[in-house]
Amino acid sequence: MKALCWNGKKDVRVEHVPDPRILNQQDAIVRITSTAICGSDLHLYNGFIPTMEKGDVLGHEFMGEVVEVGRNVQNLRVGDRVVVPFPIACGRCNMCKQEMFSLCENSNPNSWIAEKMMGHSPAGVFGYSHMMGGYAGGQAEYARVPFADIGPIKIPSGFTDEQVLFLSDIFPTGYMGAEMCNLLPGDVVAVWGAGPVGQFAIASARLLGAERIIAIDRFPYRLKMALERAGATDAINYEEVDVQETLKEMTGGRGPDACIDAVGLEAHGHGMLYAYDRAKQALNLEQDRPLVLREAIMACRNGGTVSIIGVYGGFVDRFPMGSLMNRSLTIKAGQCHVHRYLRPLMDRIERGEIDPSFVVTHRAHLDDGPECYKTFLHKQDDCMKVVLTPS
Amino acid sequence: MLQTTTQGGSTDPRRDRPGLAMRPGGALQRRHQRQQRLAGGLGWFSLGLGLSQLLAPRGLARMIGVRANRSTRDTMLAIGLRELASGFGILTRRQRAPWLWMRVGGDLMDLALLGRAASIKRRRTSAIGLGFALTAVAGVTVIDLLAAGRQTRIGTRGRTNDRGQETRTYVTIDRSPEELYRFWRDFTNLPQFMVHLESVATLDERRSHWVAKGPFGASLEWDAEIVDDRPFESIAWRSTEGSPVQTEGVVYFRRAPGGRGTEVCVDVFYDPPGGQLGVAFAKLLGKEPGQQIKGGLRLLKQIIETGEIVHSDSSIHRGMHPARPSSEAEIMDIEEAAQ
Repeated sequence: MKALCWNGKKDVRVEHVPDPRILNQQDAIVRITSTAICGSDLHLYNGFIPTMEKGDVLGHEFMGEVVEVGRNVQNLRVGDRVVVPFPIACGRCNMCKQEMFSLCENSNPNSWIAEKMMGHSPAGVFGYSHMMGGYAGGQAEYARVPFADIGPIKIPSGFTDEQVLFLSDIFPTGYMGAEMCNLLPGDVVAVWGAGPVGQFAIASARLLGAERIIAIDRFPYRLKMALERAGATDAINYEEVDVQETLKEMTGGRGPDACIDAVGLEAHGHGMLYAYDRAKQALNLEQDRPLVLREAIMACRNGGTVSIIGVYGGFVDRFPMGSLMNRSLTIKAGQCHVHRYLRPLMDRIERGEIDPSFVVTHRAHLDDGPECYKTFLHKQDDCMKVVLTPS
Repeated sequence: MLQTTTQGGSTDPRRDRPGLAMRPGGALQRRHQRQQRLAGGLGWFSLGLGLSQLLAPRGLARMIGVRANRSTRDTMLAIGLRELASGFGILTRRQRAPWLWMRVGGDLMDLALLGRAASIKRRRTSAIGLGFALTAVAGVTVIDLLAAGRQTRIGTRGRTNDRGQETRTYVTIDRSPEELYRFWRDFTNLPQFMVHLESVATLDERRSHWVAKGPFGASLEWDAEIVDDRPFESIAWRSTEGSPVQTEGVVYFRRAPGGRGTEVCVDVFYDPPGGQLGVAFAKLLGKEPGQQIKGGLRLLKQIIETGEIVHSDSSIHRGMHPARPSSEAEIMDIEEAAQ
């Protein structure tokens, strides 16, 4: 089959690789009908996530049709149309029982690598490095899906791929980002990053009853979508105004009740601190550039919540611990426990409360994947979200 | 005999756990810890003696009954420096044996000096003091010799850090101690998750025959017997006398708080053929038992909780392999290697 393979920094190629097969009796093989490029794939593309290997198949946002199931699969049948969550979860360990699916204790065969880097290991993830399990991803014609009874959600007819595809990652991720803020009526939420995850964080904050939602980015087309499609009430272009001052002004000096970091380790900014982070990151003295995280902590109102859904990989410098501690802030973070949100969010789609397809700006054939990575990285042609189709 | 070189009295998590402190079949480790405590004690003794010789040479000279003149003081200072050096060496270096032998050499030197002092018999030397000093140094010499000898045997038998020969590893599994005890007590189950084992056959209620995969397709075989069996709590086993592989192991099952199943803790001690060299070689081939046991417990958890060992596209390969599906030929190779 054809697949998008990582071959090094900024080097993604269409390659012919063997078709996947059942390796465990709880596996299913899915023929992929739609697959997306995620912002977090750009971290791989830019070489910021360790333990990638030449030839790894990329992709963790995909859906398709079940074409084969293992002996012990009970909930799925050949022909079912499914969306597959990006974390792999066994459904039976202590973490899964507590619905912390992205922390599944059994799905990462390379947990020892992750343990060395992070102390303990999170769950396995499709197409996202060897420390996250070494699973082939879904930017391909077919994918093997472990624990097929636990993860995939069956999609009723009447919905296009683009309406449901983002249940695999970015919609639940944005939703969890908003949910972690424990929003109360009247709350003001600031969202850093108006990329696809940011758009869904904004849309979810709206669904969860926030009164004002402030989008922060540097691309006018992204801020425009946040205001016009996702439901933001205000927008800040950080290249034009000072974010801290503007947020204070917008909130009568209090600061937002909740701040969502939907950017992660490759934050952009300006000034000395940005230069400092770029330099340290280039020398690998610091793995992540926490510009947004610092800003979100400083901006948050006393006693407020900072919710982190942007991806971080390693260590950060100049972390404003004093601000966090002395002002009673709450930090919440995590890779999305997607399985937990599939049903409730599908219900919202079915009820017409949201149509996630609004983020799609680019559609292409899988063969054009490498070009699309470039377009997405450089935000060319107002690129927001790329959906690839293998056939 | 099997020896380990974990630092005696180090931060042993079992110390805070009454249930685990009484490790059955742990005589070897206890003896080893005694050994390390003895060596450590000698190190501190060296430091103390050295310091007092440097700070109060005259007083010490008078105490051992020699004249506190200038040459005695210089000798005292020199000996003091030597004592400090061996003390620091014993307490801070991984290889303790050379420093202990340095102590033995020092003892002989001291005995010679004291003997000479006694034979000269000056007016201001005290026979009682000298006699006391000679007896004390002779006694210390014997202790030093014993400690140095044992430490040397450890040095040649294995690595002097604790990874080579002793492995401790933990996992929490969402099942009752009873169920996990029963699974483990049937040793024929072990090869399912300890992938370095080819087979384990039970010979009778307590004895079993183990076959392990060695380097280059060679296999190692030995008999083991259960030396302590506490239903639903722990099982300890040991290779029998005369086995080519000296190994000892114990597994504990402890109910996890909050209804989270069972905390399984496994200690394995082993002395592979070839000693230190064998361990280094095994590590090179990725077959070091410590690593294998750690990985094995994870597999045990997968088997018990999910019913099978969880594979990814890369994990089915022995070496590194990209995260992409394998070809027909690659799969056949893997299946062949597994047989």
